Amino acid sequence: MSRTVLPGFRLALGCTLAYLGVIVLLPLTALVWQSAGLGWTQFVAVVTSPRALASFRITVLAALGATAFNAVFGLGLAWVLARYEFPGKRLLDALVDVPFALPTAVAGVALTALFAANGWYGQLLEPLGIKVAYAPLGIMAAMAFTSVPFVVRSVQPVLEDLSEETEEAAATLGAGPLRTFMSVVFPAIFPAFLAGCSLAFARSLGEFGAVIFIAGNQPFRTEIAALLVFIRLEEYDYQSAAAIAVVMLAAAFAMLLVVNAIQLWHLRYMREGD
Amino acid sequence: MAARPRIGDGPVAKTVVIGLVTLATLFMIIGPLAVIFYEALKLGLATYLTNLSTPDTRHAIWLTVATALVAVPINTAFGIAAAYAIAKFEFRGKGLLTALVELPFSISPIVAGVAYLFVYGGQGWFGPLLQDAGIKVMFAYPAIVLASLFVTAPFVAREILPLMQAQGNHEEEAAISLGASGWRTLWSVTLPNIRWALLYGIVLTNARVMGEFGAVSVVSGSIRGVTNTLPLQIELLYQDYNAAGAFAAATVLAGIALLTILAKLVVEWIEPGCSRGEAG
Repeated sequence: MSRTVLPGFRLALGCTLAYLGVIVLLPLTALVWQSAGLGWTQFVAVVTSPRALASFRITVLAALGATAFNAVFGLGLAWVLARYEFPGKRLLDALVDVPFALPTAVAGVALTALFAANGWYGQLLEPLGIKVAYAPLGIMAAMAFTSVPFVVRSVQPVLEDLSEETEEAAATLGAGPLRTFMSVVFPAIFPAFLAGCSLAFARSLGEFGAVIFIAGNQPFRTEIAALLVFIRLEEYDYQSAAAIAVVMLAAAFAMLLVVNAIQLWHLRYMREGD
Repeated sequence: MAARPRIGDGPVAKTVVIGLVTLATLFMIIGPLAVIFYEALKLGLATYLTNLSTPDTRHAIWLTVATALVAVPINTAFGIAAAYAIAKFEFRGKGLLTALVELPFSISPIVAGVAYLFVYGGQGWFGPLLQDAGIKVMFAYPAIVLASLFVTAPFVAREILPLMQAQGNHEEEAAISLGASGWRTLWSVTLPNIRWALLYGIVLTNARVMGEFGAVSVVSGSIRGVTNTLPLQIELLYQDYNAAGAFAAATVLAGIALLTILAKLVVEWIEPGCSRGEAG
C-alpha cells in the first residue's frame, strides 16, 4: 500500500476519535459504571426479577415474530424490486424507506389508530377475535413496521447482481422453478438475507417509540424491556434502570457481532463464488 | 438472449407475487401514512390549523427546529471527518473505527438516553459539578441536542463513505501536487465529488433529529411548553385524549419524512446508485 500524500489525516482522525469519545463512549461507559455500582448479586437480582424477565421474554418473542413476518414480506419486496419491471415500481421502492424516515412516535400513533377497535383494521379484525391494539400482537406490528427496510435493503442488491447463467444451468438440467429457487437462488442470497433479518431483529429489540403507543404497557403482558427502563427511571430507581439498560446494551453488542460475522461469511462466500 | 425465462418470470407467477407484495405494502406502509392525514384532517382544515397553532405545539415545533439547527451541522462535520479519515487513509484499527462510528445505530434510543443521564444528570459523573457551576444540561435544551447527536451520529458518514471509498484519492492527490492546500482540496475536490450523497445524508440526519423520541424523552424531562420536542408533544397530546391535536402535530413530521424520501428520489435520479443501503 503506497502512502497517500493527502494532508489532514491527524486532524480528521483526531476529531473523529474525540467526538466519538465524548458523544458515544463516555455515556456508555457511565451507564456500565452505574450498573456496576449495584454489585453482582444485586445486578443479577434486578435483571432476573419476574417483571424484568417477563419484559425480556415479551421483547424477544415480539421481535422474533416481527422478524419472521419481515423475512417473508421483505424477501417478497426485494424480489419484486430486483426482478420485475412494472408501473409504480419506483414508488414501491420509495415506500420501503417510509418506516425508516417516519419518526417512531408518529408510526406508533398511526398504527394504534389503525388497529384500535374502531380503526380501519381493528373494525375488521376484532369481530374475528383478533386483538392487535393493546395486545402482544400490537407490539409485533409496531416492530414489524419499523424494521421493514432492513431485510429489503440487504437482499435487494444481491438479488440484482445474481447471474442468469446459474439459474439457466439449473433449469437446463431439469430443475423446476421451486427446486431452482431453493438450490440456486436462495443459497446465493442467504447470507445477505440472514444479515438483514439479524438487523431487523436487533432494531426490534431496542424499539421504543412505535411500541409504547400500541402495546397497552401492562406489566407481565405487554411491557417491553425498553419501557421497563423508562418506568424505573420515573421511579428514581436509577440503578435498576441502568442494570436493565446494560442487558439491552449487551444484547445490542451481541447482535452486532452476529451481523458482522454473517457479513464476513458473506464476503468470503462471494469471493469463492467468483 | 436467455433461452429460458428466469424463474418467477412467468406471467402468472409475476402477477401473483407483485399483487401480494403490493397488497401487503398497502396495509403495512400506505395505511399508516394515510391514517395520519385522515385523523388530522377529518374535523376540517380549520380545526387542523387551530390544532397546529396552539402555543405548546408551536413551541414544540420551534424547539425541534432549534435542535436540528445545532445537531445537524455538528453531525455533518463529524460525518465528513470520519468518512475522510476512513476512506482516504490506511491505518491500523480502521475496521474498529468504522464499527464505532456505526455503533449508535445498533443501540436502543432508550439506552442512549439513560446513558446520558448518568453523565450529566444529578446522579451522573458531571451532574454535581455542573450544578455547582449553575449550568443546566439535563432536562434542558443541551441534553436534547446531545441525545440527538448520539442517535444520528452515523448517518452522514454512512451515506458518503461508500462513495468516497469508490472514488479513491487520485483527484485529491492531483490537486495537492498542483499546490492546492488541504482545505482548498477538501472544499473544491472532495466535497463536490460527494455532494449529492452528502446532501441526502444531511436531509436524513435532519429527519432523524426532528423525529427522535426515545432518547429525547429520557433526557428532556418532557416539560410542557419548555422541553417538549414535536415527537414528545405528540405523545403528550395523545395521552391527553386530544387525538386530533396529536395527529395534526404528526402530519408535520410525516411531511418531513415524505420530503426526505423525495430528496432521496431526486438524488438517485441525478446520480444513480449513490444512496444505497442506508438501512443495512
